[in-house]
Amino acid sequence: MSVAVSFHDVVKAFGPVQVLHGVSFALAPGRVYGLLGENGAGKSTLMKILSGYESASSGEVRVNGKPLKFGNSRDAEAQGIVLIHQEFNLAEDLSIAENIFLGHEKKHGWLLDDASMREQAQQALAQVGLNVDAGTKVKQLIVAEKQLVEIAKALVRKARLLIMDEPTATLTPGETQRLFALMAQFKADGVTMVYISHKLDEVEQVTDEVIVMRDGQLVAREATRNLTRQQMASLMVGRELSDLYPPKSAAPSGAIPALKVKGLTVPGWAQDVSFSVRPGEILGFAGLVGAGRTELFEGLMGLRQRTAGDIELHGQAVRLRNPREAAALGMTYLSEDRKGKGLHVRFGLRENLTLMALDRYASPWLRVKDELKALAQAVDDFGIRAGLLDSLASSLSGGNQQKLALAKVLHPGPKVVVLDEPTRGVDVGAKRDIYLLIQKLAGEGLAVIVISSELMELIGICHRVAVMRAGRLQTVLEAEQLTEEELIAHATGTH
Amino acid sequence: MPQVPTDTNVAVNTVPRAKPHWYTRLQSLGPVIGLVLLCIAGALLNPNFADTANITNVLTRTAFIGIIAVGMCFVIVSGGIDLSVGSMAALIAGSVIMTMNTVGPLMPSPLLAVALGMGVALALGAAFGLAHGLLITKGRIEPFIVTLGTLGIYRAYLTYFSNGGAITLDNDLSDVYSPVYYASLFGIPVPVWVFLLVALLGGLILKRTAFGRYVQAIGSNEQVARYAAVNVDRVKTLTYVLLCVCVGIATLLYVPRLGSATPNTGLLWELEAVAAVSVGGTALKGGAGTITGTVIGAILLSVISNILNLTSIISVYLNAAVQGFVIISVAFMQRSRR
Repeated sequence: MSVAVSFHDVVKAFGPVQVLHGVSFALAPGRVYGLLGENGAGKSTLMKILSGYESASSGEVRVNGKPLKFGNSRDAEAQGIVLIHQEFNLAEDLSIAENIFLGHEKKHGWLLDDASMREQAQQALAQVGLNVDAGTKVKQLIVAEKQLVEIAKALVRKARLLIMDEPTATLTPGETQRLFALMAQFKADGVTMVYISHKLDEVEQVTDEVIVMRDGQLVAREATRNLTRQQMASLMVGRELSDLYPPKSAAPSGAIPALKVKGLTVPGWAQDVSFSVRPGEILGFAGLVGAGRTELFEGLMGLRQRTAGDIELHGQAVRLRNPREAAALGMTYLSEDRKGKGLHVRFGLRENLTLMALDRYASPWLRVKDELKALAQAVDDFGIRAGLLDSLASSLSGGNQQKLALAKVLHPGPKVVVLDEPTRGVDVGAKRDIYLLIQKLAGEGLAVIVISSELMELIGICHRVAVMRAGRLQTVLEAEQLTEEELIAHATGTH
Repeated sequence: MPQVPTDTNVAVNTVPRAKPHWYTRLQSLGPVIGLVLLCIAGALLNPNFADTANITNVLTRTAFIGIIAVGMCFVIVSGGIDLSVGSMAALIAGSVIMTMNTVGPLMPSPLLAVALGMGVALALGAAFGLAHGLLITKGRIEPFIVTLGTLGIYRAYLTYFSNGGAITLDNDLSDVYSPVYYASLFGIPVPVWVFLLVALLGGLILKRTAFGRYVQAIGSNEQVARYAAVNVDRVKTLTYVLLCVCVGIATLLYVPRLGSATPNTGLLWELEAVAAVSVGGTALKGGAGTITGTVIGAILLSVISNILNLTSIISVYLNAAVQGFVIISVAFMQRSRR
């Protein structure tokens, strides 16, 4: 049995923020679809609706002609629709086999039939090429292995429609090829697949048809063979790529480095990393997920233990034991994890903005009026679109939350700022705003470090890009050397 | 300040201030409304309830738990908990009395001995709080476990020092010390004044200082606070010091009431303090809470037991049950707030 799916005018709003504006299209059984779109285009939300993790605000999804009950992933799974999340959906403390059968346990009467579940899980693992005992606890696996467990899970659940959200982000080239072989096998069995990826060469290789979304709407649908990668990218962004990135200013030269790091080691994550960044320079950090970029800078800020390394700020040797010391010395860090580490979503905008520079407003009682003044200023300066000044941070859209988070880490007036995935989950317009802001900050003499998984972004705004792989700094590329191929080659070790 | 040119800049200068929804406001007023209704009911049921003497009495008895609850509010808003405050009060009470009895004969005036004893109460409180804070932050042990351990330790030491009986304050010292509990200023007993002062100061610190903001930030999301350069360990430790100093203050007001400490002193105070904070609208998971709510919560709970004492509608034996129903229904009404 194969699955045909059709979306009819699907609308989704989170509070005041509308993320899907009436999407309609149909998926024919047994084909592989590439779903493209920038972060925040609404593709993940749409797929979550299809797989029952979210419900639509209005509209309808039909599976084989029958309307799908929303917000019920069991119902979706009963129809054979399985979503492999970008953020994994695995219970860390359970074993691989227990995870694979979670919610679908096999039983002997009242008791669990562990032996047969173990056996079946082990077979599935062999099929996806993961050579690990099915009794292993998931928390002992590395990220790429968890990805393979998710795929094994889809296998065991007999998926008829498989949605994969960035499945290769964490895989090595060898594992990726194995996944593609598996996909070919699925396809031969009549399984419909939706493949979400930013890696356009993969989309080109494995999909039959490409569906492009932008700002919550369907903007294009085309047979893959009729499109070039360049055309796909332009469709996603909605304008020529060159327009998205403001022209670069000349790289600064000469001055004493604002930050100089020598031989930094963060156990388990980064080995002997050395680099420096000058005032006014934008230095990018590229690498695959798990390459240790975030952890390197968390180690630098004193958020993680580091075992070796000399740090100089403006030529002065410093010991950064915690973010407070770093902030006092003029270095701040914007986390990639906006909800978990970047913003207090249940706090107001004002409390978020001033948190890192609160001493400025305390004498000793906090001067709320001055805080409000600073907020009004920041809302103007950073182009934060907020309905009400004293609303909660959670009421802002992703892009505006990100601007607020940026305003927050810049509020103490740092000399060096580390921005980890500064445009994750924001729409194109907000992205452009953030790029302009970063360039402006650099123009004012701030040293900016940008960690990003979007290679185009690094190429578009950075003066130099450092590439990390498996905890080591592979190379630092100058502006004229920056191409996607070059960056990927260094990041994957296939140079 | 950086200026970002945006394609679609909207006028943000004229953003109106939000008015909280009436329902949200009603919810935050819930404890006050509850207290007012309860007082009206009490006055109708027994005319003695509205008596000045009775009200003074209720407030004086609330003072001990109330002062502790103010400190507890900080700990809970920061996402912590302290189960040991009752045992700690007992051990501090015993230590204060033993100190006074020991140094009394050596001092030129009994007043000095009493002052020294009161100093010991505060110093012990601060030291216990520091120990809790360091075990929790540097030792990385759950607050529940740390204070569950010290709960047993403190009470066992008091029992040991008192030999299972009572540690009693010498008579001549007691005469000097008793005004701290029994005296009044402008017709209001000293403990109530102290309670008022502690509550006002607590409210100011929580709402209007950087420390208070950090306490809320940590309780709301500790990771975010850590990444935002907040000295999380120090702030958390200070909340425990603050709470335990409050316990010290409550104890030094309490000792002259009976002039003795027994293994039953301060029994279950920790639960009453946590209940007061919780009835006052502070979620146990931390992040948000108010001192005003906490004070009202403390008064509300002791008004309930006072009304049960004065009237015969519900047996006084069911006091704890009534309080329990109130705690759960208040939590139920507030559950949708987040």
